[in-house]
Amino acid sequence: MHSVTKLESRLAAEAGRSPWQDAWRRLRRNRLAVFGGVMLLALVLLCFLGPLFSQSYRETDLGNAFAPPGAAHWFGTDNLGRDLFGRVLFGGRISFMVGFVASFVALSIGVTYGAVSGWCGGRTDALMMRAVEIIYALPFTIFVILLMVFLKDPMQRFDAWFTGFRSFASWQGAGKILLMFAAIGAVEWLTMARIVRGQVMAIKKMEYIEAARALGYGPARILFRHVLPNTLGPVIVYATLTIPAVMMLEAFLSFLGLGVDAPMSSWGTLIQDGADKVEEYWWLLVFPGGIFSLTLFSLNFLGDGLRDALDVRGAKD
Amino acid sequence: MFRFVASRLLQAVPVMFIIITLAFFLLRFMPGGPFTAEKNLPPEVQRNLAAYYHLNDPLWKQYADYLWDVCPKRLMPQRLFADTNHDGRADFDLKAAFGIDLRPSYRSSRTVNEIIADELPVSLQLGALALLLALLLGLSAGAVAALWHNRWPDRLVSSFALTGICVPTFVLGPLLALVFAVHLRWFNVSGWQEPRDAVLPALVLGFAYAAPIARLARGGLIEVLGQDFIRTARAKGASEGRVVLRHALRGGLLPVVTWLGPATAGILTGSFVIEKIFQIPGLGREFVASVGNRDYVLVLGTVIVYAGFIIVCNLLADIAQAWMNPKLTLE
Repeated sequence: MHSVTKLESRLAAEAGRSPWQDAWRRLRRNRLAVFGGVMLLALVLLCFLGPLFSQSYRETDLGNAFAPPGAAHWFGTDNLGRDLFGRVLFGGRISFMVGFVASFVALSIGVTYGAVSGWCGGRTDALMMRAVEIIYALPFTIFVILLMVFLKDPMQRFDAWFTGFRSFASWQGAGKILLMFAAIGAVEWLTMARIVRGQVMAIKKMEYIEAARALGYGPARILFRHVLPNTLGPVIVYATLTIPAVMMLEAFLSFLGLGVDAPMSSWGTLIQDGADKVEEYWWLLVFPGGIFSLTLFSLNFLGDGLRDALDVRGAKD
Repeated sequence: MFRFVASRLLQAVPVMFIIITLAFFLLRFMPGGPFTAEKNLPPEVQRNLAAYYHLNDPLWKQYADYLWDVCPKRLMPQRLFADTNHDGRADFDLKAAFGIDLRPSYRSSRTVNEIIADELPVSLQLGALALLLALLLGLSAGAVAALWHNRWPDRLVSSFALTGICVPTFVLGPLLALVFAVHLRWFNVSGWQEPRDAVLPALVLGFAYAAPIARLARGGLIEVLGQDFIRTARAKGASEGRVVLRHALRGGLLPVVTWLGPATAGILTGSFVIEKIFQIPGLGREFVASVGNRDYVLVLGTVIVYAGFIIVCNLLADIAQAWMNPKLTLE
């Protein structure tokens, strides 16, 4: 009797360990990934809550321009005497927002496109993948730059309309940020579509899909309830690695002067400003650049850790 | 092989057509025009300018005329050089070689053909140097990491590679310029006059490209080194150097080659950011400026050059892949 309960409890324990729990355990054992995750969480919290407590990012103090880092201004001040710490935190908000939302946009397009292509197969699949190949062959950076300029005017009109509402008056420049989501999202979905397509093609031949079909479920239900959830692993991993790529693209565009405008700031615009003045005022480049790199490090550590934790093939080494 | 190259080049025609069409109409529906920045242009001057550049024609006619002008009229160049250009030098000219006329620029006295002949070589020199550096650094680092997998050289290389990926060129570039040009005075802060001006830009660009190369080479080599034929080679008494160079390298570098196709095009034709930081008169900087100026034909000309490079580099990468991987056949 005693041994039977013991066996039962052991079986229960084993049955209760889903692949996700396995992955979570592997992830927790990876010190770099944990460090990346904690660091990322800290940075996000600091950027989104910090500006509530720190000095304003837009308050100018011309008598105190270019103050080096010190007790009053931890990161020093810029050419208008604005507190750099506050500006870095606020810029982080924009950069994180662009990173998360644009990745989400890219993710949604990519997963939908890939799922439809892989699920339909045959001619539709061939056609859709041919289209992806053609888009792959376009010079990307160039089209993002063209798109940014192309959409500038409608976005500015949108911005004026949007900030016309009193409660959104402080959101000046929001249109420009929406524009970046659109431009970056339009570029970054291709690889995701390919990954999801491959997964869907493999899963749709499996027996449990056959079983679902035999039970009389419709194609939409099978696709969304049975196929897509099983592509989640690679999707999560790739999404974590898309976010730093997107943030890099945002900073790149802002560095070329195509990003958000003052008094708003993103890490890209801060770095660009710092790079211009680095010969005399090193802190203007070092702090925004350092925090930006730290964020990218954290995201990459986390992404690599997730890949090792979720990817069964790579789990052995 | 010949059929493969021919079919890929044929496929490039519709791709090129789509690229030009997209870029043409994106540009035309952009706010602002090439002459809106110049205030106080008398109306008759504006009329003359518009007439000279055919801006009054219906849009479809402008588009069709442009397509015809940039369409290569000869595939086998009879001569490569223009007679003389604005400096009195005879440069490579797309028009003399292939009959591709990229039109006179709206904002410069030069034609777009001349601008590309002037500035593409600068970008190519910088890109070739950076690519060489990236390959040397990336491949050797990747090989070292793979051979000492999970030991300290591997960790060192991996963290260096991650640094290269996470510290963007627009942070690293100004910082290196600050240390080596402003403080140590070894180099000029910016410019493209003497040979040593190439050192810092090539270093920054090369380091940025070395990082992904090292990662890909490491991953590919680790996978290949674990395979049976490597064990066979070792069992037959082949030295470690021979195992790596003769047996593992060919398969292990496949991921690098795949990645190198599009990356080479990017690195050779100019890095927007590097050229901006170090004020290098290359094609990348010209492109960003021309978009701002709405110099339609210059933007289109640069886009065509980039797209051509991407197509050619992808083709070369595919051929190299097929040569390195016997399982793959060129279809």
